[in-house]
Amino acid sequence: MDKILEVKDLHVNFATYNGTVQAIRGVSFDLNAGETLAIVGESGSGKSITVRSILQLLAKNADIAKGSILYHGDDLLQKSEKEMDDIRGNKISMIFQDPMTSLDPTMPIGKQVAEPLLIHNNVSKKDAMARAEEVLRLVGIPNPEARMKDYPHQFSGGQRQRIVIAIAIVDYPEILIADEPTTALDVTVQAQIIDLLRELQQKIGTSIIFITHDLGVVAGIADRVAVMYAGKFVEYGSVNDIFYNPQHPYTWGLLDSMPTLETSENNRLNSIPGTPPNLLNPPKGDAFAPRNKYAMEIDEEEQPPYFKVSKNHYAATWLLHPNAPKVDPPASIKKRFEKFKELGGSVK
Amino acid sequence: MAKYILKRIFYLFLTLFIIATLTFFLMKLLPGTPFSNQNRMSPDQLKIVKAQYGLDQSVFVQYVRYMGGLLQGNLGTSFQFNNEPVTTLIGQRLAPSMQIGAQAMILGTVLGILLGAVAAIRKNTWVDTLATFISILGLSIPSFVLAVLLQFYLAYKWHIYPVALWDNFQSSVLPTLALAALPLGNVARFMRTEMVDVMSSDYIELAKSKGNSAWKVVTKHALRNSLIPIVTIIGPMAVSVMTGSMVVENIFSIPGIGEQFVKSITTNDYPTIMGLTIFYSFLLVVIILIVDILYGFIDPRIRLGNGGKE
Ligand SMILES: Nc1ncnc2c1ncn2[C@@H]1O[C@H](COP(=O)(O)OP(=O)(O)OP(=O)(O)O)[C@@H](O)[C@H]1O
Ligand SMILES: [Mg+2]
Repeated sequence: MDKILEVKDLHVNFATYNGTVQAIRGVSFDLNAGETLAIVGESGSGKSITVRSILQLLAKNADIAKGSILYHGDDLLQKSEKEMDDIRGNKISMIFQDPMTSLDPTMPIGKQVAEPLLIHNNVSKKDAMARAEEVLRLVGIPNPEARMKDYPHQFSGGQRQRIVIAIAIVDYPEILIADEPTTALDVTVQAQIIDLLRELQQKIGTSIIFITHDLGVVAGIADRVAVMYAGKFVEYGSVNDIFYNPQHPYTWGLLDSMPTLETSENNRLNSIPGTPPNLLNPPKGDAFAPRNKYAMEIDEEEQPPYFKVSKNHYAATWLLHPNAPKVDPPASIKKRFEKFKELGGSVK
Repeated sequence: MAKYILKRIFYLFLTLFIIATLTFFLMKLLPGTPFSNQNRMSPDQLKIVKAQYGLDQSVFVQYVRYMGGLLQGNLGTSFQFNNEPVTTLIGQRLAPSMQIGAQAMILGTVLGILLGAVAAIRKNTWVDTLATFISILGLSIPSFVLAVLLQFYLAYKWHIYPVALWDNFQSSVLPTLALAALPLGNVARFMRTEMVDVMSSDYIELAKSKGNSAWKVVTKHALRNSLIPIVTIIGPMAVSVMTGSMVVENIFSIPGIGEQFVKSITTNDYPTIMGLTIFYSFLLVVIILIVDILYGFIDPRIRLGNGGKE
C-alpha cells in the first residue's frame, strides 16, 4: 500500500502564562492511500492538535518542537506559508467540529463551497459555482440550485455539516481530516454523516483521518484505530485488534465506557475514574498510571515503550513486558477476546 | 419589513412629541426672558411685545399653539435675528454644518476602520499599542481643544489653512479634522474588538484551511463580518459630532447650526433654542432609524429574519 502521510515523533508545546504545556509528546503514525484512520481519546488528549499540526493550523503560542510530517516524502514542517496555502483545501482538507460556527455567516453558501476551487484551480467563477452545486447535491442538500444563494443560518445543523463537508471535498483532496464531525449532531444525523463520508471515500478515493471520542462511531468507519492519551498514542492497530484484542488498560477503560445494549438499559456507563495528568508537568513514568488499577512500580518510574502485539498492532503498556505478571482483564474485555478467537485471531 | 418600518416611524413621531413637550415646559421653567435685560422698555411696551409673541396667554394655550405650529412644520419666530421664522434660520445654516459633519463622520469612520483592523491583525504588537494610543487620544481630547490646537499651529503659525473663515473646501479642513477625532477613536476601538473576535472564530479557521492567504482571509471574510456591527455605532457617533460641532463652529466662525444654537442660548432666544433642540432630535431619531433599517439590509441574518424566509 502507498503511504501518503508519515508523521514521525511529533512534539507540540504551547507557551502559556503558567509555563510550557507539552500537548503532543512523541506521536508517530502513517496513513495509506484510501484508508481511514480513527484517532480516539478523551477530551484534551491531543487529537485536534495532532491533526492541526499537519495543516499547521495551530494557535500562535504553539511550537512544533520536534518531529516531521512527510507528505509523499516531503516534510510539511519545512514548507513556507505560501506552499502550505497551496496544500490546504486542495491536497489536504479539514472538516471542523462545530457546523454551527464553521461557516461564514455573511457569505452565501454556494460561494463558500466554490471558494477552494477558485483559490487552487484556474477555473471560471461560473464553472466553480456549477461544481459547487454538484457537490452540494452529492452531500445531500436538497435543491442545491435553489439554495446556492442562501446563507448558513437558513440551514439546519445537519445540513450545515454537509455543507462543511462539501467545502472539504470540493477540490478532491487526497487526505480528508475530520475532527469530530458528528459530535454536535444528534444520533440519526451522526449516522447519516458517517454513511456520507464512507460513500464519498468510495467515490473520490480519499484517505480519511477521523477523530472522535466515541468508540461506537469508529467501528462503522475506520480501518485502523489509534488510541490517544495525554499527548501520546497508547495503542494502535486494526479495528478488530482494538475492539477485540485490546491490550492497554486505557483502551479497556474506553471500551468499557462504550454504551452497549445492556448499559443503555440500566443507564449506567463505566467511565474511567480520575482525570488526565496536567501536561504542564507530565509525569516521569506512564501518564495513565494514576488511573490504572493494573499499574506496577515501573509505571511510576519509566514510560513504557511500544510492545508489538501482532503485525501492525502495538501497545505502550508494561503489562506486555515478558516479565510482567499476568493480569485478569475486566469480564467485558474477556468476552471481546472470545469474539476475537471466533474471528480467527490469536489472543496473547 | 414594511410593517416594521411603519411601526418604527410611529415611534419616531411619538419620541419627537415627547421631546417637544419636555423642551417646551423646561423652557417655561427657566428664569428670565429675552427682554429682561432691556431696561429701557416701559411696562406698557413690554406688554405689547409680549402680546405680539403670544406670551401673555396661559402656558397651556401657548403649548397648544406651539404644538399646532409644529404639526405644520412651523417652529415659531425668533425673538432675535430680525424676527425670522426659526425654520428659515435653520435652513440658511444647514449646509455648512452638514458639510463638516458629514466630512468628519466619513473621514473618522474610514480611518477608524483601517486603524482598528490593523490593530486587530497585529494584535499585541507595537502596531496595536500605537493604534490603541491614537484611538484613546481621539476619544479623550475634547474637540474644542483639538480645534484650538489645529487653529494655532496649522492656521496661525504655519498658514496652511485659514484661521476662521467660511468659503471653500480649504476652510472646512480644520473643523473637519477637529470633529473627526472622536468618531475615529470610537470606530477604531470598536473595530479592533470586533475584528479580534472575528479573527478567532471558527469560520476564519475554515477560511484558512481552504488555502486562503492571510491577506485574503482578512479581505474576503474577516472585514465584512467585523464591519457590519460598526453600523450600530453610527447613531451615537452622529450625536457626538453634532454636539462637538456647536463649539467647533464657533471657534472657526462657521455660519452653521451649532453656532446659531450657541448664539440663541446667550440671547435667551427661546423659540430658536426649542426649534433647534427639536430639529437636532429629529435628525438623530431619523439617523438611528435609517441605521437600523440599513443594518437589516446588510446583515443577512437579520434581513431574512424579518419577513423573509424561515
Ligand atoms: N492554544 C493553546 N494553549 C495552551 N494549551 C493548549 C492550546 N491548545 C490546546 N492546548 C492543550 O493541548 C491539549 C490537547 O488539546 P486538543 O484540542 O488536541 O484536545 P482534543 O483531544 O482534541 O480534545 P477534544 O476532544 O475536547 O476536542 C489540551 O490539554 C489543551 O489544553
Ligand atoms: Mg478536539
